[in-house]
Amino acid sequence: MSTLVTRVRYGVWDGWTMTRRYLTHVVRSPEEIAIYFSVPLLFVLVFGYVLSAAMVVPDGGDYREFLLPGVFVMSMVYGLGATAIAVATDVGRGVVDRFRALPVARSALLVGRGTADLLRAVLEVTVLVGCGVLIGWRVRGSVAETAAAVALLLWLRFALSWVGIWLGLRLRNPDLVGVIVFPLAFPLTALSNILVAPELMPGWVGTVAEWNPLSATAAAARELFGNPGAGGETWPAQHPVLLAALWPLLLVMVFTPLAVRQYRGWGIDPPSAPAVVR
Amino acid sequence: MTEPAIVARGLRKRYRRTQALAGLDLTVPAGTVYGLLGPNGAGKTTTVRVLTTLLRCEAGQARVAGFDVRREPDRVRSRIALTGQDTAVDELLTGRQNLVLFARLLHLPERQARQRADELLAQFGLTEAADRAAGQYSGGMRRRLDLAVSLIRPPAVLFLDEPTTGLDPRSRNQVWDRIRELAAGGTTVLLTTQYLEEVDQLADRISVIDAGRVVAEGTPAELKSRAGGDRAEVVVRDRADLPAASRILAEVCTEPPRVDIELRRLTGPVTDRVVALSGLVRGLATAGIEVEDLGVRRPTLDEAFLRLTGRERAAAEREVAA
Repeated sequence: MSTLVTRVRYGVWDGWTMTRRYLTHVVRSPEEIAIYFSVPLLFVLVFGYVLSAAMVVPDGGDYREFLLPGVFVMSMVYGLGATAIAVATDVGRGVVDRFRALPVARSALLVGRGTADLLRAVLEVTVLVGCGVLIGWRVRGSVAETAAAVALLLWLRFALSWVGIWLGLRLRNPDLVGVIVFPLAFPLTALSNILVAPELMPGWVGTVAEWNPLSATAAAARELFGNPGAGGETWPAQHPVLLAALWPLLLVMVFTPLAVRQYRGWGIDPPSAPAVVR
Repeated sequence: MTEPAIVARGLRKRYRRTQALAGLDLTVPAGTVYGLLGPNGAGKTTTVRVLTTLLRCEAGQARVAGFDVRREPDRVRSRIALTGQDTAVDELLTGRQNLVLFARLLHLPERQARQRADELLAQFGLTEAADRAAGQYSGGMRRRLDLAVSLIRPPAVLFLDEPTTGLDPRSRNQVWDRIRELAAGGTTVLLTTQYLEEVDQLADRISVIDAGRVVAEGTPAELKSRAGGDRAEVVVRDRADLPAASRILAEVCTEPPRVDIELRRLTGPVTDRVVALSGLVRGLATAGIEVEDLGVRRPTLDEAFLRLTGRERAAAEREVAA
């Protein structure tokens, strides 16, 4: 009984220690977070200014107001790269082995990373909201709706964290992760309603974009923030909030067990498989 | 009659194609520095990973610090420390932050964690670099930080997997000094290395491992004598002199000399280098054999390895056949 209590207490403590560690990384290496900001901000500049004249919102709203919720989602997606790189670095350098050889709760690394990711995401959303307001984006929903929109964004990030953790554990090489994250994430964001409304896309491309999990969160955010571009004829367009809750749940259900299994089964593979050279 | 710090019996582990451990036995008495010596891929790291609960082996048992690594991994973990091959410190954090992080993970209260970090920084000569990112440390400093992390809570058994690989001689000596101090303080140390000199300097006992099993065990002195002592070497100018030179060499050697016809070279083990050398010079001069090179040399590390790992015989057979 008391051992269970002790275990839980240590589990929480160890997880929080690990969270603090990852948050210290943000302070010590702010350029990393700046890199991940730069991608969504670049999209704001390119699409919101350079291409805005050519961009159309189906129900005739302001394109920048349409774009911003999408950019929030994009930022949640690219955060996955930071997660995967951090985890792969730990694994490649043998830091994970060191943790595993300590009497530390097994869950600490994963829980710590997941929590730190959420806190990072809060920071990202705050900065992006600030940038959005500067370029004329406005929240028109109620306080509760706005809070729900932010919660759904964080929920997506939480789910994608597990994808990132799994990817990092699996690839073990931060350089490799750095190379594949963009080609992996870019098509996912392009084939969605983040930049362009799916009804303006040809046939099946539009359907894929409509059902893209990222579209659900973007559409839900638009609806809750009261920005243009929400709604539509199709089922996913009419139920964005429900889908924005369910898609991440599915991701969590698939990738959390995968990541945990990869972490547990660590010792099965040869230790030196793809070594990190530096 | 204290229990040995490490007892392993019949450890077997297979990675897809390679048999990493093929029935490895090991007994490390408490309070000693024990060396695991072997070439790359011999199974040193796998052994350390099994003993530190990182890896499960298919067969065999191991007890570390009195507990079974498979059944009581947490008890083992709270009594050991591991300094692995890669310096496993967080490179983004400073030296101090690294120590505090690991102290927290060992559940030291905050104040004590900071205090312990300061002590270790001072002890390992890192106080000045304490607030720089560990990623900017030199190889030697990183190793010292790594070792300091292992000592936050003094372990009963300390595992050091190739602690000096890639270090310059000065840093290597510093690491050696720390290991000697720990040993003097009564910590059991299991050290893996590819360097004969390292175990010679530090270890009370050694196991030489190859292809996943122990091929020789003993004190450094015992193993060195088994690895073969000095060897006399003669290179004659004329191939026709080889048989005569071989007879002369045989008189000073403890074993029949080996002949390499291609290189016109003869080698054989000797016990007393001075007696052997003067005997050779006299004998060869009397027989009027012209010599290109002549000397007595110590076995190289390669030869010691090869001899202990039994590969020399195969090599010798090839030479004779040539």
